[in-house]
Amino acid sequence: MVIYGVALLAACTIAGLYLGDLLGAAIGVQANVGGVGFGMIFLIAASHWSARRGALPASTAQGVAFWNAIYIPIVVAMAAQQNVVAGLSGGAVAILAGVLAVLACGALVPLVDRLGRRRPASREERELMEVGR
Amino acid sequence: MSRLFLDLVQRNALLAGFAIVGAIVWGSYFLSNRLTRGRVHGSAIAIFAGLVLAWIGGRITGGERGLADLPLFAGVAVLGGAMLRDFAIIATAFGANPVELRKAGRSGAIALVLGVLVSFVVGGAIAWSFGYRDAVSVTTIGAGAVTYIVGPITGAAVGASSGVMALSIAAGLVKSIVVMIGTPFAARAIGLDNPQTAMVYGGLMGTTSGVAGGLAATDPALVPYGAMTATFYTGLGCLLCPSILFFGTRALIE
Repeated sequence: MVIYGVALLAACTIAGLYLGDLLGAAIGVQANVGGVGFGMIFLIAASHWSARRGALPASTAQGVAFWNAIYIPIVVAMAAQQNVVAGLSGGAVAILAGVLAVLACGALVPLVDRLGRRRPASREERELMEVGR
Repeated sequence: MSRLFLDLVQRNALLAGFAIVGAIVWGSYFLSNRLTRGRVHGSAIAIFAGLVLAWIGGRITGGERGLADLPLFAGVAVLGGAMLRDFAIIATAFGANPVELRKAGRSGAIALVLGVLVSFVVGGAIAWSFGYRDAVSVTTIGAGAVTYIVGPITGAAVGASSGVMALSIAAGLVKSIVVMIGTPFAARAIGLDNPQTAMVYGGLMGTTSGVAGGLAATDPALVPYGAMTATFYTGLGCLLCPSILFFGTRALIE
């Protein structure tokens, strides 16, 4: 039933956010640390586990798929309630700090990407070499 | 506008939100197909339209919640609030590949630390170049360039003035807006077309709303990977900025 999918998603979301709050409190910051990420891990684990046992019928999946599909409209609604006026009225300091931070981090994306890929690639190469031997 | 209708809309805020956002999305895809022949993605236009409407709403009401401060459009706040946003982001993980997630764990972690550091240093340097010479203000504005949540939390922790705190929130808002609008245009140049790069991108940019919007407008299939790393970013920023980074800044400039 569709409600099973929605309920699973809701349970994963709440469990993930709770874990994120606990982690935030444990390291002493006033923020949720990784709550959404934990929720995603729970959902992936739960769906794989139940799919393997044949307990994930299409109707259950629909309950999650709807919210997956409604994601972009939710992001549009999120954009429509940002405090854009405050952002732009922060003047040159705020605009420069925001824009330059994005540019600097954006330029690092390919670099960090390559950094992260090097290790796994070399391990694969080693395995290939061993196979060759 | 009849009073009766306004009351009805306010009692059914979430439904009104669906209808309003549906109209924005419809208009955006119409523009995307007609004016750009689909070259600029409909969702990118919709997010931009959302930001423009937020600006208009903010100018009319003087409030902090953009379009949602107009009573007729209050439902937008329910639909786009943190609860449904997190709910929908987690739903995107349904199609995510756990193998990809594990593979990029390492570069995602590097990206997170670098993302907080670089944003902080850039924000702090801008503050310095505009004449802020005390460690508290430089740290707070630097933290604002991390995200608009890290800024005020750091400012409160180190005792910044409310003007500087407002500035740090503004810097974070600008960052999130630039990421939302700029990501689809920068995607090709930075190779943002696969799960692993999306995780690095989420870690480096960090702003949840920016990453969520930017990836949605680029390729919705990448959303779960970017969101996975971005979700740790604000927490990491709140951990590092008022502590190590503040002490480092103070040692450097005072």
